[in-house]
Amino acid sequence: MFSNFLIWFVIVPVLMLIGLGLCRNSSMKAIRTVMVVGSTILLAMSLWLCVDFLAQRAAGAADEMLFTGSWMWYEPLNIHLAVGVDGISVLMLILSSVIVFAGTFASWKIDPLPKNFFLWFTLLSTGVFGFFISIDMFTMFMFYEVALIPMYLLIGVWGTGRKEYSAMKLTLMLMGGSAFLMLGLFGIYWHSSADPNSLTWNILEISNNAAIDPGWQNYLFCLTFVGFGVLGAMFPFHTWSPDGHACAPTAVSMLHAGVLMKLGGYGCFRIAIFLLPQAANELAWFFIILTGISIVYGAFSACVQTDLKYINAYSSVSHCGMVLFAILMLNTTAMTGAILQMLSHGLMTALFFALIGMIYGRTHTRDIRQMGGLMKIMPYLGVCYMIAGFASLGLPGLSGFVAEMTIFFGSFEHADTFHRVFVIAATCSIVITAVYILRVVGKLLLGPVQDEHHLKLTDATWFERVATITLIVCIAAIGCFPNWINETIQHSFTPIIEVINQAANSGAMASVM
Amino acid sequence: MEMTLPILILAIPITMFLILGIGGVYMSKKMAGVLGILGMGVTMCIAYYVALTYFFSGDPAFIDAQGLRLQVPVFDWLWLAFTNALQVKLGFLLDPISAMMLIVITTISFMVHLYSWGYMEGEKGFQRFYAFLSLFSFSMLGLVVATNIFQMYIFWELVGVSSYLLIGFYYKLPSAVSASKKAFIVTRFADLGFLIGILILSFYCKTFDFIPITNDPTSVLASTGGATFMGASVLTWALVLIFVGGMGKSAMMPLHIWLPDAMEGPTPVSALIHAATMVVAGVYLVARMFPLYLIEEASLLFVTCVGAITAFYAAVVACCQIDIKRVLAFSTISQIAFMMVALGVARPELHDGFGYMASMFHLFTHAMFKALLFLGAGALIHAVHSNDYTAMGGLRKYMPITHWTFLIGCLAIAGIWPFSGFFSKDEMLAAMFANHWFWGAWMTMVAGLTAFYMFRLYYLIFWWEENPHYKEHKPHDAPWQMSLPLIILAAVSCVAGFIPFGEFVTWNRMPYHIHIELPVAATSLTVAILAIALATVMYRKKNPIPSRLKAAMPGLWQAAHRRFYWDEIYMFITHKIIFNIICKSIAWFDRHVIDATMDGFAKITQKTSFAIRGMQSGSIQTYIVWYFLGAVLLAGITWICIF
Repeated sequence: MFSNFLIWFVIVPVLMLIGLGLCRNSSMKAIRTVMVVGSTILLAMSLWLCVDFLAQRAAGAADEMLFTGSWMWYEPLNIHLAVGVDGISVLMLILSSVIVFAGTFASWKIDPLPKNFFLWFTLLSTGVFGFFISIDMFTMFMFYEVALIPMYLLIGVWGTGRKEYSAMKLTLMLMGGSAFLMLGLFGIYWHSSADPNSLTWNILEISNNAAIDPGWQNYLFCLTFVGFGVLGAMFPFHTWSPDGHACAPTAVSMLHAGVLMKLGGYGCFRIAIFLLPQAANELAWFFIILTGISIVYGAFSACVQTDLKYINAYSSVSHCGMVLFAILMLNTTAMTGAILQMLSHGLMTALFFALIGMIYGRTHTRDIRQMGGLMKIMPYLGVCYMIAGFASLGLPGLSGFVAEMTIFFGSFEHADTFHRVFVIAATCSIVITAVYILRVVGKLLLGPVQDEHHLKLTDATWFERVATITLIVCIAAIGCFPNWINETIQHSFTPIIEVINQAANSGAMASVM
Repeated sequence: MEMTLPILILAIPITMFLILGIGGVYMSKKMAGVLGILGMGVTMCIAYYVALTYFFSGDPAFIDAQGLRLQVPVFDWLWLAFTNALQVKLGFLLDPISAMMLIVITTISFMVHLYSWGYMEGEKGFQRFYAFLSLFSFSMLGLVVATNIFQMYIFWELVGVSSYLLIGFYYKLPSAVSASKKAFIVTRFADLGFLIGILILSFYCKTFDFIPITNDPTSVLASTGGATFMGASVLTWALVLIFVGGMGKSAMMPLHIWLPDAMEGPTPVSALIHAATMVVAGVYLVARMFPLYLIEEASLLFVTCVGAITAFYAAVVACCQIDIKRVLAFSTISQIAFMMVALGVARPELHDGFGYMASMFHLFTHAMFKALLFLGAGALIHAVHSNDYTAMGGLRKYMPITHWTFLIGCLAIAGIWPFSGFFSKDEMLAAMFANHWFWGAWMTMVAGLTAFYMFRLYYLIFWWEENPHYKEHKPHDAPWQMSLPLIILAAVSCVAGFIPFGEFVTWNRMPYHIHIELPVAATSLTVAILAIALATVMYRKKNPIPSRLKAAMPGLWQAAHRRFYWDEIYMFITHKIIFNIICKSIAWFDRHVIDATMDGFAKITQKTSFAIRGMQSGSIQTYIVWYFLGAVLLAGITWICIF
């Protein structure tokens, strides 16, 4: 079992948990050492995984998932701990480890109870890593819940503002989503095979069996897509996002917006679309409407907010809406764009929340009306904020542009009026995004200094620089050299597109007969 | 051609940007200035070498036996593959117009780099300024050498952002901040049109590359299968939408509102970006896709109409501005519109489509003399510390170099022989008359207005009445770093008209022999001279005619001075309608309807549990009562079921 490389993505965080448990409460140094060493190892592992993965692909490994392994966990229900990755999961693992790494540095001086904070933080990341390596629906769901629960405590204890309310709201709404999801997953399990004695949780086997009948698929698709969609901040289930993000501590916002919301998109596409292709073909239109609304609605809402975190939370609604929107286009180009958008949004939102945390730590306000001219006072943070803003509004050379363009060009392959209307509505978001980003940049960073007390503030410290530079380098790398990512993930779409096309054809056949 | 040199043309400016941008803080001003100027100088030399080799070497790679100049993709690297067919490449296309633009951009950019050394000397953020200039040069060069429309879009966005950064260079001034924001958002809005145009075009062509699209426009038309949308063919829609992108960048009505405000940026920036290079990107875009536009004449008609209206509007507004940079800005809008009209009226059957050649010629000459005028204005502002002509007057004695070079610029833009503007404007007017007399007559009138407002400006600055403030603070000519570019550009403006432009740049890349059309030339020259004479009478010496005229038509003057209230209209739409009505109501809806529903579920759950928790009273008696009731009920049900 331990010879499987992927399983170490769960073992390392568990070791980190043990290490943190052994630290004394007051020993900041020991805690930081454990966190930095652990997150660096995770980062190195994910990069190595990527290199190894590409090497194996280059050597001709044509399986859908590589590094697979499966261990029986609970025989009566046929639950396994099954792992395996394709190009998409590899990139998601890199994203998670980058954000855990940056998040560690961003919460360098967390107060109070640093040890407990990092314990929950690491537990959260365990769940995230576990989710991305799993190919067994049950373990996937279990890790998903592991990632969800610590959020309640992290926000409730270390948050700001109305933290108890927000923590409760976020957890309840996401748990509500999980309830749908659980029903959906159980439904998929009961229909996973034509033979009632060989029911399975394994995604690959379910897809091969293709035993779920179209009537059931529709129900299950709605359940799972909504379940994951709640986490992906799909309209109208997005309202946890503004409140939750606004009250969460910096590193938690980073991890939540950066990675946890990606769990939603990833799940939609790995489970809802891949396992229920006929329903996906049939019902995509309905969710395209919802996600299309998310995109424009989130962007418009962001325009009038005055709290930095609210602005970014609504902007996340818009950008994550784009992810789900692209997935529903059901073609390779748009789905590639969805993955790029997940990476891009993860990185830049993490950067945004990190910077907002750093600014808030200095000015003690997040209200843009009370700040101004910060570029002069803290040029480093100001420049970083501008870079994040430019990435968000889709400047070429940074990640957002590549992702959005791939989505638009992919979505435009559908020639019917319905899709055209929604794609053009989605493209309008590039203008609205520019409006709210430049509004914030103009008020927050430029112009005259608003508050004289701010003149005494200092620029970024070294650990803050580590956090921001890591993220900026990743954003620029994706923006300047996007094609290697394309090549990494393209192979992964072949089976998905295949099942969708088959489903579409059989659907057409059925309607003819 | 070897790949190395063209790569360097792009690589040097971007490297300079990174060096100055990241390391600028650790550098002295002098070091940063020298690095920036040196970098741009080397880029200019390489660009000249490349362009001149292309035009004059006679290499069969560049020109074939019939004299046809070839389009040479020097390199073309895959950047991003959307699908197997639809691939975005980053490349370097060498053809007549891109080679010409290489010369224009690097020359002006180098002049501005040099000039800024003097102009920006005392400013904080000198290093940052040079870094942004390099970024702009990189983006603009990348735009003109684009091998495909998507590459153009990429660099199109990058010039937009460089322009944003440079307009907002004095970021502590609220006016500069809002001007930069406005410029970015207006052009972004236009770029949305551009993007949708590209989406439509690439959907049918399955490629972004210019060479297959422009060399075989009929097959592009065929690929659309005659699809139409709202009465126009989809190709027309695509071309018009792409042109909307050009309207944004080139400040055509009604998307012109950002350019006058962009004058908040430092003057060298206005000269480089908002006069000579970036704002002609729209013209360049149409020229690049010209064969495709020819196929859909409706789209060319659209270009012509937009250009003609804008040219007249901007010329009228320019007559009533006080800020000298605003006058020049409106003059730029008007002149670019001139180029648009010239492109729009070009047809292959009319003298081998020489409207296209004339438009490119004017782009070239205009870049030189408009940069000269802006740099001259910079020298004036530098000397009197004000943008308004009311703070100037009688400056010819104090600033002789600026005076003479500015005069040359004015003569060139007015179209007086033998200055460069005469030749290019004559060609354009001839092309317009060849298409339809109306365009010719209309644009001749605009040319007359141009001569009038330019000489109005010239007299008000250098003649009129000497400003009394000069006694305390005597204005003087600028230092050599600033005067040298003025002199060079003035010299170019004197001789550039004699370049046999038709030999190099034509729509079908075959040489065309320019000849002056005497009747057209005589008309336009007469109109220009009359307009200058009128300006001389009105503004040479202080006299009451202008104020009397203003008093006679206060409404018209006020309307023209306020630019016919376009800004107010936009303000109303964006702030009152979009921001206050749409955005705010959506935000309200989100909090008070959607979120309230979610909270409502929680509240209902809470209320219900409050309501039924009384049953868990803890008192044994109550429980026993419930127990017996339940038992009786169960017994009853069982009884019914059994019998």
